[in-house]
Amino acid sequence: MSQRQVLQVFEQYQKARTQFVQMVAELATRPQNIETLQNAGVMSLLRPLLLDVVPTIQQTAALALGRLANYNDDLAEAVVKGDILPQLVYSLAEQNRFYKKAAAFVLRAVGKHSPQLAQAIVDCGALDTLVICLEDFDPGVKEAAAWALGYIARHNAELSQAVVDAGAVPLLVLCIQEPEIALKRIAASALSDISKHSPELAQTVVDAGAIAHLAQMILNPDSKLKRQVLSVLSQIAKHSVDLAEMVVEAEIFPVVLTCLKDKDEYVKKNASTLIREIAKHTPELSQLIVNAGGVAAVIDCIGSCKGNIRLPGIMMLGYVAAHSENLAMAVIISKGVPQLSVCLSEEPEDHIKAAAAWALGQIGRHTPEHARAVAVTNTLPVLLSLYMSTESSEDLQVKSKKAIKSILQKCTYLPALEPFLYDAPPNILKHVVGQFSKVLPHDSKARRLFVTSGGLKKVQEIKAEPGSLLQEYINSINNCYPEEIVRYYSPGYSDTLLQRVDSYQPLTH
Amino acid sequence: MATLARLQARSKFVAQQYYFRNSVVDIFRKKEYDAAVKIQSWFRGCQVRAHIRNLHRVATIIQKWWRSYSGRQEYQLIVKFASCAMKMNLYNAMAVRIQRRWRGYRIRKYCFNYFYLKEYLKAVSETNDAIREALEEFAEMKEREEKKADLEREEKKRDYQARKTHYLLSTKQIPGIYNSPFRKDPDPWELRLQKAKPLTYQRSKVKQKRCISLSSWLACTSARSFPRSEILPPIDRKQCQGPFRDITEVLEQRYKPLEPTLWVAEPISELKVAREEFRRQEWMRDVNDNMISKLYYHHLISSQSMENYIQKLDKLSKDFIEEGEKQA
Repeated sequence: MSQRQVLQVFEQYQKARTQFVQMVAELATRPQNIETLQNAGVMSLLRPLLLDVVPTIQQTAALALGRLANYNDDLAEAVVKGDILPQLVYSLAEQNRFYKKAAAFVLRAVGKHSPQLAQAIVDCGALDTLVICLEDFDPGVKEAAAWALGYIARHNAELSQAVVDAGAVPLLVLCIQEPEIALKRIAASALSDISKHSPELAQTVVDAGAIAHLAQMILNPDSKLKRQVLSVLSQIAKHSVDLAEMVVEAEIFPVVLTCLKDKDEYVKKNASTLIREIAKHTPELSQLIVNAGGVAAVIDCIGSCKGNIRLPGIMMLGYVAAHSENLAMAVIISKGVPQLSVCLSEEPEDHIKAAAAWALGQIGRHTPEHARAVAVTNTLPVLLSLYMSTESSEDLQVKSKKAIKSILQKCTYLPALEPFLYDAPPNILKHVVGQFSKVLPHDSKARRLFVTSGGLKKVQEIKAEPGSLLQEYINSINNCYPEEIVRYYSPGYSDTLLQRVDSYQPLTH
Repeated sequence: MATLARLQARSKFVAQQYYFRNSVVDIFRKKEYDAAVKIQSWFRGCQVRAHIRNLHRVATIIQKWWRSYSGRQEYQLIVKFASCAMKMNLYNAMAVRIQRRWRGYRIRKYCFNYFYLKEYLKAVSETNDAIREALEEFAEMKEREEKKADLEREEKKRDYQARKTHYLLSTKQIPGIYNSPFRKDPDPWELRLQKAKPLTYQRSKVKQKRCISLSSWLACTSARSFPRSEILPPIDRKQCQGPFRDITEVLEQRYKPLEPTLWVAEPISELKVAREEFRRQEWMRDVNDNMISKLYYHHLISSQSMENYIQKLDKLSKDFIEEGEKQA
């Protein structure tokens, strides 16, 4: 046979291999094909193609493997069991950038499903090679490596620690400073995944000087980048007071407030999460946020979105109001209470309602002024109905009960208390009557109003055990009025009057 | 004797009289006696009553004096207590006044400044308003920018369309589709087509960035690693007037690849590196996963053991030959 014919055989084989691998890679993009591919045993066929002579086939095979592993964790486990990982790790160090990108993609696809798979990746020594890839010139390779590291670090603190020990953090901070937006996004997301587990990891990220760069990137117009940057900052700030103070020192206020007006919903959510994480630590930090006008911005943000996006904003108001009564008063004058009561009534989800109830309780529990501000907006009946309704979750019931109790114990605004006399359960009725007994002895107008609105009548109808606190309160209310009136309103008075009529002998002249 | 007879006659009478008068007196005596007793008893009674009255009067006087005395004592006690109470009330009221003033002063000076709080809350609400305004402005600005960007994009698209469909422009003979003779004035597209510059036939869209990953130092000098101009010079170009060299020669010289001498081309540890390379390739290509056989294979081809083996073989063969020679 001539040489040409021999070479033709080889060329055909190469063409066949190329075609196979390209078709598999294309089919793997559609989820419905993957089951069929798996049943046809594609893993064992792709594995030797990873070692092919032709670089294009290697790269496409790696890409196909990555797409398959991306789909579900069974395939990812098959990749791990098939001992493909050491191969990939070795060739990551050697090959060109397309192969590096594809191999990093495979590592990411395997590592994202579960901690065990990520641990398997760490065990075969992938971290060091990935960190070396982070130093590569090509931004696509850096992006793929950073993405893989981020997905590995996402699962738990040990894996994050392993990623940090491999020296990834300074390189990620360098990646953030690169001009490509996609690389910045992925590096920020990786830093967020690393720093979210524990204060020490967050401290490592801060020590690498990340905060200054991240604070500058808040002004970037790209909304996905802003999401990730705000997420990193909030993960750093949530662990301790020192970290939160360091984030604040980077002069993020009032720039962060502009992010609360962004069109993207998740930017708003992450911005309010960041503000919440800062506000929850100490009264001084909350004071700082209030002085910068953050409370008004958050309230507007709550008003402009719906659903889960509102939740961090609501919690932030609760945390600020919880610290001290001046801060609670600041929340009140920023018109926070009407907004919170709107959230309470119109949100369908129970956990958001519970958060709104908790926040209202924190605002109203300090002094009678605060309780009046909450009671004026007619939220107390809503809270009562949430507490009494059987459809509310337990958490919601508990939180609304606590909110009602704490507000009622300070509430002296009687028009809001009166509806409670009629439909409150006994344990809340006790507090309501107690409040009446405190206010009525001193205020004559209130006494008159109490009688004319039928409150005295209702109080007479309440049955209480003699000697209990409720009876004492009822007695002290009754002492505010002359005896005839009390008798007039006591239940069954009309019957006694009729009895007297029956037993009366008219004088015969 | 007469007298005696008289007396004797009278004696009876006298005796009667005597008896009669005595008995009468007796009766009167009783009466008088009773009367005397009555008078005496009455008188004595008056006396005793007067005495008792006196005693009563005296006792009343004593009691009156005593009661007034003890009443005055009680009254003085009451007055004393009342005055004490009044004084204490006064002191208490004054103390309350002092305490009230002091407490107000202390709270206002050291603990809580109400006016400062009011000012603070006012300042907070003003800051809030300012921030709200600023954020509104920011949002509006963003919207305006977006709209502007949208408009510009639209404009660019339309411009590109006009340039592409430039052939639809109306000529003198044939009115174009946008310039129907039945219309009063031509369609705006017609004007746009008039203003647009037609696209050239071959648009050069070479825009790929070439990121060369320099894997070895030899690759730096290869022909592809130098930045080339995007448009190649045309093949048959007129020779420029002047003392210029032939363009092909110049390009050849400029882009001549490096041809290093053998001494420079091969590093000193070439053999070792080549062996390592070979070993790695073998390990990569090894489809048989059997670790033991791999190790054995490695062991086989590793240079030192191989050389030992070869030496041993040599030695053995030498001995064998020597022995053979000896025997022979």
